[in-house]
Amino acid sequence: MAKTDTKANALDRRGLTDEQLRAIFRNMLLQRQLDNRGFQLNRQGKVPFALGSEGHEALQAGAAMAFERGKDILAPYYRDLGLALGIGLTPYEIMLSIFARAADHNGGRQFPNHYSSKHAGLMSFSSILAAHIPHAVGAAYAMKYRGENGRAVLVTCGDGTTSEGEWHESMNFASIHKLPLVMLVENNEWAISTPLDKQMGQPEIWKRAAGYGMPGKRFNGYDPVETYAVVKEALDRARSGGGPSLVEGTCYRFLAHSTDDNDMTYRTKELVAEARKNDPVPAFEHRLIEAGVMTAADVDALRKDVLRETNEATDKAEAMPYPQASDLYTHLYEGAWQPWQ
Amino acid sequence: MASKSKPAAKARFERHGLTDEQLVEILRIMLMHRTLEGRGFQLNRQGKIPFASAGEGHEGVQAGAAMAFQRGRDILVPYYRDLGLDLGVGLTPYEVLLSLFARKADHSGGRQFPHHYASKRLGIHTISSVLATQIPHAVGAAYALKVRGERGRAVLVTFGEGSTSEGEWHEGMNFAAVHKLPVVFLCENNEWAISTPADKQMANPNVADRAVGYGMPGVIVNGFDPVAVYAVVNEAMERARSGGGPTLVEAKCYRFLAHTTDDDDRTYRSREEVERRRRDDPVPNFERLLVERGVLTPEGAESLKKAVLAEANAATDRAEAMPYPAPADLYTHVYAGDHAPWR
Amino acid sequence: MAVSTGSKILNNVEAVRETLYEAMKNDERTVILGEDVGARGNVFLITKDFINEFGEQRVIDTPIAEASIVGIAIGMAMEGLRPIAEIQFADFIYPAFNQIVGEAAKTRYRSNGEYTCPLVIRTPYGGGVRGALSHSVSIEALFYHVPGLKIVAPAFPADIKGLLNAAIDDPDPVLFLEHKKTYRLIKGEVPEGHYTIPIGKADVKKTGNQLTVVSYGLYVHWALDAAQQLEAEGLSVEVIDLRSIRPMDRTTILQSVEKTRKLLIIHEDNKFGGIGAEISAMVAEEALFSLDAPIRRLCAPDVPAMGYAEPLEHEYMSSPAKMAQAMREMVTF
Ligand SMILES: Cc1ncc(C[n+]2csc(CCOP(=O)(O)OP(=O)(O)O)c2C)c(N)n1
Ligand SMILES: Cc1ncc(C[n+]2csc(CCOP(=O)(O)OP(=O)(O)O)c2C)c(N)n1
Ligand SMILES: [Mg+2]
Repeated sequence: MAKTDTKANALDRRGLTDEQLRAIFRNMLLQRQLDNRGFQLNRQGKVPFALGSEGHEALQAGAAMAFERGKDILAPYYRDLGLALGIGLTPYEIMLSIFARAADHNGGRQFPNHYSSKHAGLMSFSSILAAHIPHAVGAAYAMKYRGENGRAVLVTCGDGTTSEGEWHESMNFASIHKLPLVMLVENNEWAISTPLDKQMGQPEIWKRAAGYGMPGKRFNGYDPVETYAVVKEALDRARSGGGPSLVEGTCYRFLAHSTDDNDMTYRTKELVAEARKNDPVPAFEHRLIEAGVMTAADVDALRKDVLRETNEATDKAEAMPYPQASDLYTHLYEGAWQPWQ
Repeated sequence: MASKSKPAAKARFERHGLTDEQLVEILRIMLMHRTLEGRGFQLNRQGKIPFASAGEGHEGVQAGAAMAFQRGRDILVPYYRDLGLDLGVGLTPYEVLLSLFARKADHSGGRQFPHHYASKRLGIHTISSVLATQIPHAVGAAYALKVRGERGRAVLVTFGEGSTSEGEWHEGMNFAAVHKLPVVFLCENNEWAISTPADKQMANPNVADRAVGYGMPGVIVNGFDPVAVYAVVNEAMERARSGGGPTLVEAKCYRFLAHTTDDDDRTYRSREEVERRRRDDPVPNFERLLVERGVLTPEGAESLKKAVLAEANAATDRAEAMPYPAPADLYTHVYAGDHAPWR
Repeated sequence: MAVSTGSKILNNVEAVRETLYEAMKNDERTVILGEDVGARGNVFLITKDFINEFGEQRVIDTPIAEASIVGIAIGMAMEGLRPIAEIQFADFIYPAFNQIVGEAAKTRYRSNGEYTCPLVIRTPYGGGVRGALSHSVSIEALFYHVPGLKIVAPAFPADIKGLLNAAIDDPDPVLFLEHKKTYRLIKGEVPEGHYTIPIGKADVKKTGNQLTVVSYGLYVHWALDAAQQLEAEGLSVEVIDLRSIRPMDRTTILQSVEKTRKLLIIHEDNKFGGIGAEISAMVAEEALFSLDAPIRRLCAPDVPAMGYAEPLEHEYMSSPAKMAQAMREMVTF
């Protein structure tokens, strides 16, 4: 970021208040801290699995700011820690999921990062890619059917997931019925080891929108403010009966796919280091300081606060009990059940 | 993109390099297509066969596209409404009637619905009735051509506009684009999927507009004009054969009849709509065009029609006289060898 | 099994890898396709470096689209290639269900033998690895109902090689199931060179005369552990490894049951409608009067899958101790 910029140039804030800008930044820091924590706990042998969204922080924090709590629905995927935090999940809830404790939203049944919270409007989803997208479309249909203007569904997925048939089927249906839906693709250029050019014939996913007769837009997912503006515009259109949109945020997956993956088997350190130069977290910090929204001291304090909150959440969640063996049998149907009656 | 060849128009007749002989062959296929489908419906009304379906309105698309197919080289992966294409690549009326009558000598041994042909000899893939399942098969076949370095060969795969809503359609398009495969996707957009009109099937009525999103060319062509279809499909097939990758071609046509003999289209569309669209019926239009342009004399046209009818009649009698499969035929070809699930 | 010149010790991952490698080496028509099979060499590194040796035309990193992974493989098979498709985890096979059941299994039948579908679909399945609801399921019961499909689920390295070779050579579609917990856990001697084990032949892994145990996958190993425990107690249990699920080996099961007069079936998949149901029915039809005790099935509880949290997985999975207990009860019935 060039130092000569005036404050106004340094930050086109797209209507965001100082407080909102700080909240976005806090979310980004928290994401990174919690991601690190998951990987640490895995290395310490305390949890069998963790997955990080480093590189997606700005995209998710920005998009979450466009989400209206208590009205909108979020249908995320497993890399959406920042979106989950941004719509109201607490670090403690995140840690419960990482530790697979009984008090976790899904009772320790699912992998970490598979949040669900009816209260927050976050739909339950599985590890099966794209399976949640038709669900989001169904939820949007329900809103439209009930005439609930002012509500919309935000559904997310990775670039790789757009290859699934269900992705296409969902886009098509949403556009036929002009549903209040925003399909947000987090294009981090990788699907585990598969790069974009093996995933699709041309790399700009937003260009598929016209084929479905809906608006499409691509934006810089390293810029949380631009992300906010694009997602908000699309959500507003959806909320007011203007139908669905396909928005594509570009970013990068800085870490391996998960703790089970070694990305050095398929990409080089140099490639990742190059991408890291655009790390959205320090970049946004810099912009906020530059624009006078925060001082360096504010940032320091915020970092400490985020670390404190993460530590507290970790300790509190770790101390909670596992589910019991008998919990394996609950919630299969409503009421008691036996396959033989 | 769509070229309109109105017979009355005095515009120059663009024959796209087709000889008189080829033009007449296109008409012959269109006439045979219509005759055999009429025969299917007749036989069904007579109670001789339980089921028939027809592509009336698709004759131009199919006869034109078939002319761009190179026999002995290309591979056709059709769908159930492609009688004209199948005829155009070499299937005989007798084979068609065997399928309608579900006789033992039918390619599927009387196992499949009518018009689900498979002929290794002609390069026609076996298909099921399950929509869009053939799309990945075609893409896999194209991959086989590419991996073996068989330049000069391509796959032609067809489907209705309704089938483009299936996930496998998308997956197939995407994979073909990633690998620049020698395959042409031909959408026969007849505006209906049984009772579902195109505007409930898709928000953007042009399927071809999706091609950009996959990174391949997309072309719309008037499916009532067989010569225009030939030109577009031929160009796409040539591109595929020479390593230029896949193309999505959308031929706009119309389904004049009900979906099948099991369907009553009066329940969901008006007679007026169908009548209005019939005015563009490609079969009489193309016949008139060839006569007007002196490719065919009126007498030539008449004797062509007689010959087609005679061949259809002969095929009907011959196929009807053939035996059904035997009960024991239920058990063959489950696996290569015998197939008791318990060993 | 054909005895060949030499042998070496491999684990199950290495056995799959070596067999695939030889197939790629020996037959140009062979291609491997699936998610992350190329640059990464599969998530378990089974095909690591294949892409360097055989090129990206034959080792295809596909887009994430399972229906078409199988569908495209079918088209390849119909046009003379010998595709080996991989579904990264068995849990992701459902989008491809129709292509497997509706298309691959019917290709030969519907064309009256004119077109065939020589295709292998490999996939890791099974739990005990903290795979949670979507990286741990067993899928065999969903597919074994389907004529036209063959299913194998070997558990030992030598069986894996012989049966994977048989699957690759087979003229029909074969679903090849690899229990992921056995991948690095199980080692054994594997003959060098090309050999096959017939699909549809079970193998008696331990002889005994007081009880027949039929199992497959990871649980065969646990059943063998349990049977050893019982041996020490002076109780004699015969353990049959099914290896193939469709077709299934009636002869071996009946011979054993007629000798031991008792049958315990153990599998990781749910009990209701599982493989054990078919085996029980077959034995009841063919050998009811040879039985001295009711047939018993020790299988997973009737829940969709094991949860992520350790106690949930533990409760779902059986164990050598639970198996030993069931065997004891049967022998002393
Ligand atoms: C149906 C299905 N197929 C495959 C997988 C295995 N898998 C998990 S994540 C992943 C890559 C997803 O890539 P992308 O959609 O780009 O999201 P990203 O992880 O990059 O955020 C794959 C192949 C799965 N979970 N579900
Ligand atoms: C997977 C699947 N879904 C539904 C059907 C039932 N079905 C048969 S034809 C048809 C309409 C297909 O329309 P389109 O693809 O436009 O082709 P058209 O019949 O118009 O030529 C439907 C819904 C089917 N055969 N397969
Ligand atoms: Mg990605």
